[in-house]
Amino acid sequence: MPNQTLRKPAISISPEEYKALAQKYTPKPTLTKNILRAFLVGGLICALGQVIINIFSGIGLTPKEASNAATAAMIFLGSLLTGLGVYDEIGKFGGAGSIIPVTGFANSIVSPAMEFKREGYVQGVGAKLFTVAGPVLVYGIAASIIIGVLAYFLH
Amino acid sequence: MFHLIFPAFIVGGLICVIGQLMMDLTKPSFTPAHVLVSFVTGGAVLGALGVYEPLVKFAGAGATIPLSGFGYSLAQGAIEGVGKRGLLGALSGGVEATAVGIAAAVFFGYLMSVTFNPKG
Amino acid sequence: MGLKRAGNQTVLFDNPPVILSSYAVVGPKEGKGPLGKTFNSIWQDQLNGEKTWELAESKMLQEALQGSISQAGIGKEQIDFMLAGDLLNQIVSSNFAARLMALPFIGVYGACSTMALSLALGSMMIDGGFAEHVLVGVSSHHDTAERQFRAPTEQGTQRAMSAQWTVTGAGSVLLGKKGAGPKITSATIGRVIDYGETDASNMGSAMAPAVADTILNHFHDLQCTGQDYDHIASGDLGTVGLALASEVLKQSGVDTGTEFTDCGVRIFDSTQDVHAGGSGCACSAVVFAGDLMQKLRARALKRVLLIGSGALHSPTSALQGESIPGIGHAVAIEA
Repeated sequence: MPNQTLRKPAISISPEEYKALAQKYTPKPTLTKNILRAFLVGGLICALGQVIINIFSGIGLTPKEASNAATAAMIFLGSLLTGLGVYDEIGKFGGAGSIIPVTGFANSIVSPAMEFKREGYVQGVGAKLFTVAGPVLVYGIAASIIIGVLAYFLH
Repeated sequence: MFHLIFPAFIVGGLICVIGQLMMDLTKPSFTPAHVLVSFVTGGAVLGALGVYEPLVKFAGAGATIPLSGFGYSLAQGAIEGVGKRGLLGALSGGVEATAVGIAAAVFFGYLMSVTFNPKG
Repeated sequence: MGLKRAGNQTVLFDNPPVILSSYAVVGPKEGKGPLGKTFNSIWQDQLNGEKTWELAESKMLQEALQGSISQAGIGKEQIDFMLAGDLLNQIVSSNFAARLMALPFIGVYGACSTMALSLALGSMMIDGGFAEHVLVGVSSHHDTAERQFRAPTEQGTQRAMSAQWTVTGAGSVLLGKKGAGPKITSATIGRVIDYGETDASNMGSAMAPAVADTILNHFHDLQCTGQDYDHIASGDLGTVGLALASEVLKQSGVDTGTEFTDCGVRIFDSTQDVHAGGSGCACSAVVFAGDLMQKLRARALKRVLLIGSGALHSPTSALQGESIPGIGHAVAIEA
């Protein structure tokens, strides 16, 4: 028979108890594995960067030019691998190892821009290029200006 | 050809491990974008304090390829700019020093976005 | 006429509406999953010739809606109302599908609980005497949902272990006043419950208390227990949410009977790298329209309780750090 008395069945657990329970049942990131993979992938990407620097130095660029050129080359590689649909797989494996290097920065530029192409070339691609790159440039450039101004007054 | 490759591997790997710890040990609302912003800002501050420079000398690409290296270049550029042109240099120095990277990121990023389609 | 409501939040149907037909369309990954054989149509890729993922989702929904009409063998003009919903902003997939169906249309938003909610509403319309035939359909698409709620698909990020994989698919059901088929006997409309989970990559934890609350109230309102059902299926709690809901119900002294499972846990297997299971409107919809309906028709299952689970947040509320309100809607189906 249907029950016609009203209200009060509620689950008997307090938000605090639930929070503890949820923490218990939520799987943690596999930290050791993630760290090893980040080290391996990040290290390999940087080693590749060094190889490119050495090649540019070898053809007569100054150390600073070689470093700049290598950065540009790595950005090209990161963008290309994102376009080819490979970088998200590297990222899934390497985590921060593929996010922190400039190749990851390039990935964060291409991935939203490419996906929002269907929303047009100005409000899609053009705007979305800066989803992650925007904040990075804002905070990076602002920090450099503050540092420059401090340097001016401290000397 | 093999100059600095091993130090680059070790230092680059360790810097990325710091990033991994930041992602895994913080709340999920701390996204990769937050990690990248922290690395650029952190690199700039360490660069200004003169701490990052020895790392670049020791590890080459291991210190310049991670985004903290971008922050370091920004700070270095601003400080050098001040030396040459005073306050105006503080404004222009950072962007000048990193112009190649920024322009490459915008141009290659645009090129690839237009050329390829996401696979899903 | 007496009130058809029982207890606090349950409605009982005097003339239980009949599920005349059901149709499930899924994407390639779902097709390769353990329930692959139970779906009516499996797409070979995520676009199926459409220009955008959004259009593909809408087309998938149309295919499911048309599929259940033709399976029922009735004319489209006999359908009085269409109820549909999805996850995209302003439920555009449903709106676009409705544009082509040209039926009187009611858009429904219940996040991932939309199938159960629409079944409840459609049944009320039929038992209330407002309609003879009601067409119900929902859809979700992994890539459109990722884009709206999370990161671009090509961004190299690691998903949390508690994260769920949005099901690409569409499920549809045609409800009729009379005919042969499983019947919807009662429905419990859920309350919004929020225990403070803010992590959008742990939706199972956000929705579990709401599902538990709805099950508890359903049993209380109808004075029944889990033993009265041979299959209780939540919508998309995933492994984390299912464990939490079971634990909360146990602590609240509720017996969930022999089989309490989750559509999100069943739709993928552990080799498919989806972490905590499936999610999305289509998750419970295709499992219900496919597997559960097959078993109900074959009378392998006689009494099923389906509890659609929904996380009622938006990308904006998540960015602003708000916690995720959860909801669960239950419908009881008898073979």
